[in-house]
Amino acid sequence: MLRKIRIVVSVLLFGVLSLYLLDFADLLPMQFHAVAQLQLLPALLSLNVAVLIGVLVVTFLFGRIYCSSVCPLGVCQDVVNFVSRKLRKKKRFKYRKPLTLLRWLFVGIAIAAFVAGFTFLVGFLDPYSAFSRMVVHVFKPIYMAGNNLLEGIFSRFDNHTFFAASVYLTSVFSLVVALVTLLGVGLMAALNGRDYCNTICPVGTTLGAVSKYALFKIRIDDAKCNSCGSCSRNCKASCIDSKQHQIDYSRCINCFDCLDVCSKNAMSFRYGMVKTANTKVDKSKRTFLMVLGGAGVATTKVLASKALPISAASNTAKRQVPISPPGSLSHTNLMQKCTSCHLCVSKCPQQIIQPAFTEYGLAGVMQPVLTFDRGFCNYDCTICSDVCPAGAILPLAMEAKHRTQMGVVRFVKENCIVFTDETNCGACSEHCPTQAVSMVPYKNDLDIPYTQTDICVGCGGCEYVCPALPNKAIYVEGLSVHNTITIVAEKVEEVKVDDFGF
Amino acid sequence: MDRRSFLKALALTGAAFSIKEVDAMTLLSQNFAAAGPADKYDLVAVMGGSPVDMFRKGIAEFGGMSQFVKKGYRVVVKPNIGWDKSPEMAANTNPELVGEIVRQCFRAGAKEVLVLDHTCDNWQKCYTNSGIESAAKAAGAKMVAAHEASYYREVALPKGIKLKSTQVHKAILDSDVWINVPVLKNHGGAKMSIAMKNHMGIVWDRGYFHSNDLQQCIADVCTLDKKAVLNVVDAYRLMKNNGPRGKSEADAVLSKGLFISQNIVAVDTAATSFFNQVREMPLETVKHIGKGEELKLGTTKLDSLDIKRIKI
Repeated sequence: MLRKIRIVVSVLLFGVLSLYLLDFADLLPMQFHAVAQLQLLPALLSLNVAVLIGVLVVTFLFGRIYCSSVCPLGVCQDVVNFVSRKLRKKKRFKYRKPLTLLRWLFVGIAIAAFVAGFTFLVGFLDPYSAFSRMVVHVFKPIYMAGNNLLEGIFSRFDNHTFFAASVYLTSVFSLVVALVTLLGVGLMAALNGRDYCNTICPVGTTLGAVSKYALFKIRIDDAKCNSCGSCSRNCKASCIDSKQHQIDYSRCINCFDCLDVCSKNAMSFRYGMVKTANTKVDKSKRTFLMVLGGAGVATTKVLASKALPISAASNTAKRQVPISPPGSLSHTNLMQKCTSCHLCVSKCPQQIIQPAFTEYGLAGVMQPVLTFDRGFCNYDCTICSDVCPAGAILPLAMEAKHRTQMGVVRFVKENCIVFTDETNCGACSEHCPTQAVSMVPYKNDLDIPYTQTDICVGCGGCEYVCPALPNKAIYVEGLSVHNTITIVAEKVEEVKVDDFGF
Repeated sequence: MDRRSFLKALALTGAAFSIKEVDAMTLLSQNFAAAGPADKYDLVAVMGGSPVDMFRKGIAEFGGMSQFVKKGYRVVVKPNIGWDKSPEMAANTNPELVGEIVRQCFRAGAKEVLVLDHTCDNWQKCYTNSGIESAAKAAGAKMVAAHEASYYREVALPKGIKLKSTQVHKAILDSDVWINVPVLKNHGGAKMSIAMKNHMGIVWDRGYFHSNDLQQCIADVCTLDKKAVLNVVDAYRLMKNNGPRGKSEADAVLSKGLFISQNIVAVDTAATSFFNQVREMPLETVKHIGKGEELKLGTTKLDSLDIKRIKI
């Protein structure tokens, strides 16, 4: 029964999150992003107290329910494992000794990386972000290509149910990372079940430390147990030592598979007082880890602050400072909190949010940056700030979005069509939502762009649409700390038109 | 069958298959001149009513929609849906007008009505927030995407001066007739955005226009063989300043006008003169209109035309 509930809940949450990440056509309600908000590491970074307390309380009461049902990477491993066991009927698990030192080493690395300013490394290990990157970079393009295939077929018969989606390779680096994660975690899952969760995952290790003291646990009734080992063979966490009648609760992920396979009904999930396990504490190990962590922090801190040199030439209209998404407040805030789950990358309707490579320096690899090659930031859109679970991009009300300045316009007259060809253009001003770029009289009935940086939001409409080649005549320079612009409300004039005028 | 008759049959079949579609045939099948009633007005201008009422009164002067849309036709209605803006901003064509045109097409016997625009803002947001998607769908039309190059097909523009060929939306090219429904707006680059400028929403590569003499390219694209069977200029609200996008509602003027004509240069001339009452806009500064006349797409001499003016 418990196992069935676990399967239903996990498949539901996993399905909702996966479909939401894949959904490029906005078929699903926005509220589906709530599943991302439930994830522990983003909740910790955004200080989402409700989720943090919720997860801790549930873990303290029932153990690692989070790992079995909420974590999408966990469920993903179960799926791989399910398939692999269907293919290899003889596949059996067996009890293995815990790799405590290695597990805490990864927790140490994660903490050190965060303190040193390399949050992206934490995001590298975070199971939710790792999963979400896999979906965004590997599965979503496949899903979109499938859609385009259907669109092609249906359009031939004048059916317009489907529309073509633009499939882009947003970031080679992120694709490689996603593929490595997929292969690595997938292989571990196929061979050894929840190996990733109980060896590498810092979230799993931390929750495991809490779940040791959980009030409800799976317990073995020594009187009924005949040590047949069936539970152990079916334990994908390899944490049941059936010979000793002992379970390593730090690794038990509450899948409840063992309950159903025990023919003697010796396993049960019930309340019981905390049994203090007499585990020996290895002091020297702890000291070693602490020293290692400290040293790591010190060296990485130095590296993180080092921005990569950018070469600049005049007239090339290349921005020196990257543009971070609206609502991110500053590069510092973004880089500190972003786990690179790429939910914003997936959800941006304009597909202009991309994983950075070295734009923010080494510490900001894979974190979201705006590019205006294929589109620009929609003035009336706040989706990236609405969905971000980590507080890296904070929610913006529409009013606040309209006033958020994430970059400022730069006009390079020498490249402008009006200047070089002496013909009308005005594409930049056309797209400007605040008229920070307006057209002013130039010569021979021609108008030329005029910029007012104080009312520019940095949406990139001008940069995207500027037809000047090879160098744009207008572009947006990023701001490492976002500003607020003042919008003067215009009075609505009463204009009477009584005649045709011809 | 003997050998001789077999060979004859073979030759005939071969000849039949070798027939190619030529421009003259397409022209015959849609017959631009014959589609409209020659004995009626060249241009109808309506003022003072709701978009729906003005269109009903106006089209009636042409003898009704059935003069342009025949039974079984596949029709494309091409409004301006360029921006993610609500109807009050006057950045897009009035949705009620689009709905009414679609309804009248169906009443005239259209088999299918498609509505599309190559938008500037995100196309889905534009279709939704302009109110045009819901109005068009309620009237029975289908919204067609236009945000990908795959929806377009290259066509030659032999009469064009700067623009010799361009990619045009397949739905327009494959339609029996299409109706051009722009909104009257000021435009930072082209000075005015009316019926001629609305053609930039049926092409894929607008950047080429901007970098190769915008005004000439606008006139050039209007030389397309597949001309709009009707131009319906929505001036229920016009955009006075900061066009074509507009900043706020302060840029829109409730002017309650509508202009219908098959003559695209004339309808743009009339609409510019109408606009000129709200904000000074000499016709000669809107260069694409004059260039259109040079390309024999119509006339700017409204006096030479038979114009019906209706005030509601």
